[in-house]
Amino acid sequence: MKNRPALRLHIPEPQARPGDQPAFDRALIPEPGDTRRPKTAAAEADMRDLPYGLVRVLNDAGEASGPWNPNLPVETLLAGQRAMLLTRAFDERLFRAHRQGKTSFYMKSTGEEAIGAAQSLFLDRDDMCFPTYRVLSWLMARNYPLIDLCNQIFSNANDPLKGRQLPILYSARKYGFYSLSGNVGSRFGHAVGWAMASAFKGGDSIALAYIGEGTTAEGDFHEALTFASVYRAPAILCVTNNQWAISSFSGIAGANETTFAAKALAYGLPGLRVDGNDFLAVWAATEWAAERARLNLGATLIELYTYRASGHSTSDDPTKYRPADEAEAWPLGDPVERLKTHLIRLGAWDEERHAALIAELDAEVRAAVKEAEAVGTLGKSKPSVKEMFEGVFKDPDWRVTEQRRELGI
Amino acid sequence: MPTMNMIQALNSALDVMLTEDPDTLIFGEDVGYFGGVFRVTDGLQKKHGRTRCFDAPISEGGIIAAAIGMGAYGLRPIPEIQFADYILPAFDQLVSEAARLRYRSNGEFWAPITVRSPYGGGIFGGQTHSQSPEAIFAHITGLKTVIPSNPYDAKGLLIASIEDDDPVIFLEPKRLYNGPFDGRHEQALKTWAGEPTAEVPSGRYTVPLGKAAIVREGLEATVLAYGTMVHVALAGIEDSGVDAELIDLRSIVPLDVDAIVASVKKTGRCVILHEASRFGGFGGELSALVQERCFYHLKSAVQRVAGWDTPYPHAFEWDYFPGPARLATALKRAMED
Repeated sequence: MKNRPALRLHIPEPQARPGDQPAFDRALIPEPGDTRRPKTAAAEADMRDLPYGLVRVLNDAGEASGPWNPNLPVETLLAGQRAMLLTRAFDERLFRAHRQGKTSFYMKSTGEEAIGAAQSLFLDRDDMCFPTYRVLSWLMARNYPLIDLCNQIFSNANDPLKGRQLPILYSARKYGFYSLSGNVGSRFGHAVGWAMASAFKGGDSIALAYIGEGTTAEGDFHEALTFASVYRAPAILCVTNNQWAISSFSGIAGANETTFAAKALAYGLPGLRVDGNDFLAVWAATEWAAERARLNLGATLIELYTYRASGHSTSDDPTKYRPADEAEAWPLGDPVERLKTHLIRLGAWDEERHAALIAELDAEVRAAVKEAEAVGTLGKSKPSVKEMFEGVFKDPDWRVTEQRRELGI
Repeated sequence: MPTMNMIQALNSALDVMLTEDPDTLIFGEDVGYFGGVFRVTDGLQKKHGRTRCFDAPISEGGIIAAAIGMGAYGLRPIPEIQFADYILPAFDQLVSEAARLRYRSNGEFWAPITVRSPYGGGIFGGQTHSQSPEAIFAHITGLKTVIPSNPYDAKGLLIASIEDDDPVIFLEPKRLYNGPFDGRHEQALKTWAGEPTAEVPSGRYTVPLGKAAIVREGLEATVLAYGTMVHVALAGIEDSGVDAELIDLRSIVPLDVDAIVASVKKTGRCVILHEASRFGGFGGELSALVQERCFYHLKSAVQRVAGWDTPYPHAFEWDYFPGPARLATALKRAMED
């Protein structure tokens, strides 16, 4: 044995576990205005500090300030608020529907509603978003019919995906929302390919992709960033860092050593770190990255710093691995509350109207759920079984046709 | 009509498609300026421009992911994987994404990609330049798998694959690139010159997917083969003295089951020949189909001649490679039963 210290394997641990006081003192959170806004056409080499900052617009008092303030009209803010509240109302109602046995599975996006809402409202109809399963607010901001969401979740006779997919793995091409799948990360590179295609055709539309911070550990993340950089793809590549990948804290994905935005540096891409609970900051960062993409300056990596306020899914109990009150202690607060405070401060909103809107949206969701229930919930109604055999190929081959007959259809 | 080897025929297919369809594009490792390590894309970048045929990072997963995204946009990408042995990093993309996109989105999105990749052994390629992964893809619902055995089919099948709206794995037997090979490795190398299948039209034509070819008519047994093994089978049949019918499947999926069944019902015997290792190989599926559909016509057990259930070795190339002698033995055994 040589005279050297014994090596030790390091296993990162979160600061707080069940029973502990929530602790976020490792969180890197500069004040609004602290993080500079470079010119859109700035060279990547001149903004390598940005991945360690945090793009913020709203302060705790609900005031918008600093170089990233997008100065949005009140109607846009109200549209964003509506999309966020609708997402929340829908999540609450459908989560309960799962508990009542009406569907097999559900996933909420509580606490992360600002992300999809702002980006969906900002981007054009011809742009394409490559979502994760936690950006329902994208569809809500574009008024995707609630009834279609409910029918998909219940896999009933009117399910737009014909009962083939797990609940919430939507596909909505006309709404700029790419087909979801249960395997994580594998669509991140599709966004880059889609963006390359748009450039190849001389089009003017861009792609936006989401990936969770946990999934950045997949090879798909590295591949997508490499391709985005090499081909200068007009894409906005977003990491939604909600601190948790099921039960694993973000340190297991590498967050203790660096920021996810900083991963951009090695690829020669600009990296922005953004307050994901600040509707205005998400909007401003997206606007900046979209301008770069549309100027043929290529892709931007955006880390959206947020917190997964609910469990991972209906199959998960977060009190088994993190403090039960951790969400309340999250220093960036709640996106809905923060935008509400801002709107009230602007004199454009008040508590009464807020409560009335929540009641109105809940009624809207309830009506959609009721309508879908009338068609049928899981196991009570389903599309024709012949749909099981459709769409494997554009035209069925003999195997599918024979097997369909074997089943007597 | 021009004479082409398989490389030239494939190059011609790509040239035709780049010329006729502005939504086609080719990318992969070394395919651009250099023209591909096997010269299949030679000259295409110069003729059609850099954005139509370009180099990719060494990232099979990234290549296929980008191709799927391009397909979703509306293009018809033709990515290359340098060796089929290296397609596995892209396996998740092919299985979980390309194959399922149309089904899971109820037709909103699909991936009309054609993944070209050299495959097969007989070239002292060792473990990672010789494999035949077709059975892995045959098991994946939503993927088509096509394997030509001569220059004429190579061009026609490749054009048909590119025009097909489903994802196609197009496996090119690299042993056949420069000439037919019947497994008699001790003999002088042949070129495609003088072979009728090397007469290749210069314009557009297709060989339909899902249609097998009867390469040799016979009455006593049916031999099922594809790729290099079509040529090995012809030699093996000659050596055996059995009047066997040889079917070149041409596509694994969709499979021309009618052609197989008609032949086996006529001959009553069936021997399957492939390079890939036997256990779990595509021969198992073929054998099961023949048994299910031709049971009362079979005069002997269906036999499989295949690579051994070992990784593809280097020094033991000709001990591993299922040559004509092994097929001849199997055919004689089939006649004795």
